[in-house]
Amino acid sequence: MKENVKFLQGNEACLEGALKAGAKFYAGYPITPSSEIAELASLKMPAVGGVYIQMEDELASMAALVGASMAGAKAFTATSGPGFSLMQENLGLAIMTEAPCVVINVQRSGPSTGLATKPAQADIMQARWGTHGDHAIIALYPSSVQECYDLMITAFNFAEKYRTPVVFLSDEIIGHMREKVVLHDDIPVIDREYPRVPKEEYKPYDPSENKVPPMAYFGSEYIFHASSSMHDETGFPNNSPKNADKVIRRLWRKIYDNEDEIIITKTFETDDADILIIACGASARASREALNILRAEGIKVGLLQLNTIWPFADKKVKELSDRVKAIIVPEMNLGQIINEVKRVVGNKPTYGVNKVDSTIIEPHEIIDCIKEVLDNV
Amino acid sequence: MSKMIFDYIIEEKLPFMWCEGCGNGIILKSIAKAMADLDLDPKNVVVVTGIGCWGKADDYLKTNSLHVTHGRALASATGVKAVNPNLKVLALLGDGDGVTIGGNHFIHAARRNIDITAIISNNFNYGMTGGQYSGTTPEKSFTSTSRYGAIEPPFDICELAKAAGAPYVARATVYHVNLLEKYIKAAIAKKGFSVVDVINICPTYYGRLNKMKSAVEMMEWLRDNSTTKQDEGNIYDNKFAIGEFINIEKPDFSTKYAEIQKIAKEKILRMEQDLGGR
Repeated sequence: MKENVKFLQGNEACLEGALKAGAKFYAGYPITPSSEIAELASLKMPAVGGVYIQMEDELASMAALVGASMAGAKAFTATSGPGFSLMQENLGLAIMTEAPCVVINVQRSGPSTGLATKPAQADIMQARWGTHGDHAIIALYPSSVQECYDLMITAFNFAEKYRTPVVFLSDEIIGHMREKVVLHDDIPVIDREYPRVPKEEYKPYDPSENKVPPMAYFGSEYIFHASSSMHDETGFPNNSPKNADKVIRRLWRKIYDNEDEIIITKTFETDDADILIIACGASARASREALNILRAEGIKVGLLQLNTIWPFADKKVKELSDRVKAIIVPEMNLGQIINEVKRVVGNKPTYGVNKVDSTIIEPHEIIDCIKEVLDNV
Repeated sequence: MSKMIFDYIIEEKLPFMWCEGCGNGIILKSIAKAMADLDLDPKNVVVVTGIGCWGKADDYLKTNSLHVTHGRALASATGVKAVNPNLKVLALLGDGDGVTIGGNHFIHAARRNIDITAIISNNFNYGMTGGQYSGTTPEKSFTSTSRYGAIEPPFDICELAKAAGAPYVARATVYHVNLLEKYIKAAIAKKGFSVVDVINICPTYYGRLNKMKSAVEMMEWLRDNSTTKQDEGNIYDNKFAIGEFINIEKPDFSTKYAEIQKIAKEKILRMEQDLGGR
């Protein structure tokens, strides 16, 4: 069978991945550097029987995603920092109502309006804790155009399987660069589990063994109530302490008990490495080039590329860090991933390469840091 | 067998949690009656609510319901309707959800004419949080955060809806129950964004703080200050014009989007054929 090979922008590949995953609803508001996703969605969603709607702002967009998800559609949106900030409250709504959906944040330089057309990786912690309250979240982050496609399908699959919003981080570089991408046809696509009980017995938030309640849709034979308020299995409000404890812990465990499946990483030459680089997104690409150059010089560098940012890859980071002398964490921010690394690796020497001038971290900056570390270690 | 009120309201949950004298029960019953008269199948009905006293109406419904964040009911309702235009979608909004925090979504839902019925329980304050002023609080009246008298004029919800493009706009009060039932039924049956501004009473806060000693006195206030002569109404003077202000036919969002889907399918198909297929 002829392979479907294209030369696409990262943002375009995101859209193709969403289509492949069966997305049928896009609600969003244009914002640099993600607007290409909206434009392509407006073109292609109606062609597949889906809906593209430009809501009046990002608060409405995220609210519309929840409604669309409850009506049975795989729903997504794309934004950047300022829009992502506006979406936080209704991200919490999606978490509380357990509404599968995907929220793409093509990160740009902030804070606030910042530099709209320039890259950064400074929304890492916001992706984890932007919305208030105790909650778990899944956040994925591609490092190539191919990964924009593959990982997007995974994002939708996780959203469906775990009845959760998934944050899909990207950055202006990954979003706008062009690379070869194979639009695989045979990637498995997961749909939310439909209830099987008689309709009079249906409780929309009655978890099955894996803590994820089977999900009906508005208009099906199952009538149900979903709510932003703390609720019990019936979906109706319940303010008892016992229920609140139970629900908050289930929502948390729903993600963390499944972290082995959710955490996706790639390793490059880590088996015999003396120095470990941990990176994601555009910084992972610079890290790979730095690795190649240093290996050619005989310096044993390895790279742990994080494709899942949240939950954080504690086990993998611990396992790989035990064998190395030092860890380098290049980020286009003042240090967000590095704090998670340090939390896991304790006393292992860990150094950041932190660039916040709105330009990409270049391989030589990582190389210089590693050489300096090796001189002192 | 024809439908009854308790085909839509969960009888076992009565009495409602609302205060004695609150008009929300009257509005909810009118909605149930309208749905019964229209013989709506509860599984095809989705009621979206926001936050506040009226936002808790969904606790009592046998239809599908979605209780969202403050002000965003219309936005979530838009997502529901856009995905499945065959669903009957209602949004129950207080003065906050409707035209204050929810103001932007109200005007855009009207502008894009999405087929949703917005029923606004307008009692001139935020009851649930203790009676603070809202976007519909009359100037000079007293609320828990306008203790020297409100200095901001209110919205006329009907004028707002009309200006934003809604094809059906009506106002009734919880005193004028027959008109209320009639307008709610017409609004639900209407294809397009329909608005019913229901002037409601809040004896616990707005009434008490503005020297109306009881729910009965507030009902008399509604009776004595309402007029069916629309040009004699003046929201700034607490003179409520009741009636249907607009009732026109206008193609709704979903009807027009179905056309887009047809065009898009043909266009993309032609594009792929030109490229020699996949």
